Amino acid sequence: MLGKLTWSAVPFDQPIPLVAGAVVLLVILAVLVWVVLAGHLPYLWREWITSVDHKRIGVMYTLLACVMLLRGFSDAIMMRAQQAVAFQSNGFLPPEHYNQIFSAHGTIMIFFVAMPFVIGLMNLVVPLQLGVRDVAFPTLNSVGFWLTATGALLVNVSLVVGEFARTGWLPYPPLSELTYSPGVGVDYYVWSLEISGVGTLVAGINLVTTVLKIRTRGMNYMRMPMFCWTTLASNLLIIAAFPILTATLAMLILDRYLGFHFFTNDGGGNVMMFMNLIWAWGHPEVYILVLPAFGIFSEVVSTFSGKPLFGYRSMVLATMAICIISFTVWLHHFFTMGAGPDVNAIFGIASMIIAVPTGVKIYNWLFTMFAGRIRFTTPMMWSIGFMVTFIIGGLTGVLVAVPPADFLLHNSLFLVAHFHNVIIGGVLFGAFAGYTYWFPKAFGFRLHEGWGIASFWFWLIGFYVAFFPLYAVGFLGMTRRMQHYDVAAWKPWLDLASFGAGLILAGIICQIVQLVVSIRHREELRDVTGDPWDGRSLEWATASPPPVFNFAFMPHVTSEDAYWAIKRRAREGGAKELKYEPIEMPRNSPTGFVCAFFASVMGFALIWHIWWMVIAALIGAYATFVVFAWRDHDEYEIPADEVARLDRANIAARRELVTAAGSV
Amino acid sequence: MSIAVAHGHDADLIGLEAEHPGPAPKRIVTGYGFWIFLLSDMVMFSCFFAAYAVLLGQTAGGPTGAQLFNLRNVAVETACLLFSSFACGMASIAAEERNYLWFQIAMAVTCLLGLAFLTIEFREFADLVARGAGPSRSAFLSAFFTLVGCHGGHVSAGILWLLTMMAQVSAKGFRADIRRRFLCFALFWHALDIIWVAVFSVVYLLGSAA
Repeated sequence: MLGKLTWSAVPFDQPIPLVAGAVVLLVILAVLVWVVLAGHLPYLWREWITSVDHKRIGVMYTLLACVMLLRGFSDAIMMRAQQAVAFQSNGFLPPEHYNQIFSAHGTIMIFFVAMPFVIGLMNLVVPLQLGVRDVAFPTLNSVGFWLTATGALLVNVSLVVGEFARTGWLPYPPLSELTYSPGVGVDYYVWSLEISGVGTLVAGINLVTTVLKIRTRGMNYMRMPMFCWTTLASNLLIIAAFPILTATLAMLILDRYLGFHFFTNDGGGNVMMFMNLIWAWGHPEVYILVLPAFGIFSEVVSTFSGKPLFGYRSMVLATMAICIISFTVWLHHFFTMGAGPDVNAIFGIASMIIAVPTGVKIYNWLFTMFAGRIRFTTPMMWSIGFMVTFIIGGLTGVLVAVPPADFLLHNSLFLVAHFHNVIIGGVLFGAFAGYTYWFPKAFGFRLHEGWGIASFWFWLIGFYVAFFPLYAVGFLGMTRRMQHYDVAAWKPWLDLASFGAGLILAGIICQIVQLVVSIRHREELRDVTGDPWDGRSLEWATASPPPVFNFAFMPHVTSEDAYWAIKRRAREGGAKELKYEPIEMPRNSPTGFVCAFFASVMGFALIWHIWWMVIAALIGAYATFVVFAWRDHDEYEIPADEVARLDRANIAARRELVTAAGSV
Repeated sequence: MSIAVAHGHDADLIGLEAEHPGPAPKRIVTGYGFWIFLLSDMVMFSCFFAAYAVLLGQTAGGPTGAQLFNLRNVAVETACLLFSSFACGMASIAAEERNYLWFQIAMAVTCLLGLAFLTIEFREFADLVARGAGPSRSAFLSAFFTLVGCHGGHVSAGILWLLTMMAQVSAKGFRADIRRRFLCFALFWHALDIIWVAVFSVVYLLGSAA
């Protein structure tokens, strides 16, 4: 009846996951009870869960990322604590549990923190920057988000029901094959990523179509804000790379479920094919994450330097060059495979070449700041911190791109330090910069500046203290994923790294405090005009938070830095009387949520081999599809009066500010 | 395109492109998005093709393609699929003309030919399994069943979609959104043909020669 699922799947004998799971469950239940008792459920359902508004979906993506960051970070703290105490002892985490923790940490941080964070920011901002009212496929967008949430849910369910993979964040065969991983851990991994991978693909299709086909009048390619360009590049990579992940994991699933021989040791399977396929997705994935971050830094640096982005065209070219070259470097993840000097040399050189367009970008940001009137706000601090940190991470990357050096450093903690250096210093700092920068746009009030700066310094210093010792122990020969060790020379470095993790924890606490303080003081931090930073692109041309239709009139763009030009013109000329018209917007739809419900049931049933439930969920998903396809009205009209009321209020607020500034 | 750093207004225009006219109409957006989905689907297929190419010789002492493939069967299969695409094209024309009867006839023919294709494929698979040449026999057969089966799975999903389309047209007529959906379906059906041509050439033609 329930397949492989029995009570023994719940780890009653392991206190750590059980207590953690129970606490999480209690928190979720408490929130649910509060939501229902306080009567917020209809509001949540109407305004958020069924929303097809790109801004709302963007916010939900980002919220998912923030919550999962806490989960991924608690894994990190446990690993650092384990390695700090596991010198000539077993520490407090048994090996099979430790292995699950590092696997879950990597999986969660990449797929359920970094990905939803950047996709959330792109969703929130890109349609606004393009000057349009919506994305290309609003309902599909909601489906994509909820499928991502399904993946996150399944990974977390594995904490209490069954186990997670013990294979590392990429399930290398033959370890991940049924012979060596007979449990459900790898199944949790593959199904949650197959499901969330579909969600990511949907988001990619939606955003590419939006950028290429839905831009306001005059928004030529060479006038798009840099964040739109990097969004385009990143989502093109999603479309080209995520199907590879889907196919590769499908092959692993077939091996595990139906006895196929893609990656098995026997029957002619080829283990290295898995490495090639997974990294043919995995390396572009790195750029899927970091390109949007580059876009965020471009916006932030330009705004807070009070200057147009230096070398706009070279930036576009560099972005698209990275987009293409990122597909030609995957083999550097396994130089030690033994493909021979020629192949290794080609991929080594390609890996060094890809550093060139990235270098171009760094110079562009520096020259944008040069002679600018720089305001050292929180987003700007994250950007500057990024530039310093990312250069170091990039340089160590070029170092491991040299095949002979890589033979020494492969799978050492040097490598771990390197990719945390670029992913924390690049993607996460970018996400935090974007979070602080666009928070007022999403919610109508700014985040508290002091706590933001405090968080930045804790994170920055914490990062250096936590990860630079790992470079050192890497040179001392320590390999990654060690549950315990006997080398006395590593111990002080690992203690230092744990201290660094503590500093990062302080940074995260500052961020939580910042959020709470900002919400409580939201009236003082209110952004009445919609343009709190003196911005340059169109998202600042509308109110904060924007009305559901974004713009009462679709802006007409005549140059780069579209909103800057509008502001300049507004200062010169007077306002003219506007004639408002009704606006059609897509209706809310529970399709995404219902789809994700069935996907969750199906994923869980597949993991536990509950076949009748799989079939029931498939039928449910198909029925949802048909019901959605049968709808007759998918749009509603916002009357002209309402549009006029909202827009006039915003214009009045802006005019008031200009008048006030003029009288000083 | 020049890489020169320029912030002038004239430099914003690349080549012949004049001012961007604004958002594209819905039909274009939908078709475009679906094209992109099809491209991603082809990337997925290309992985299975790559796996097949890598594992072609890995028969683990089991049968090779030359011993297994029946080209006459495959020729009939191919004919079914190509003619079903032709019928799908006729349905497109009927939809353009708003001819309800011919649309449903053409779609029914598309469906029947698709089902014939699936039946032949299913019998081929069943026959292979019965002869002890199932997907778990060797890596070569794993790759073969996955690649061809993935295409077959797409055709099955397509038939489900096709039947839903027929029901929708009969319930709602040739409304604009239904026509957009049909456009996507037609793209999907033709794309499966293109993939089949590759399967036919790479798997069956090259496989029987080897």
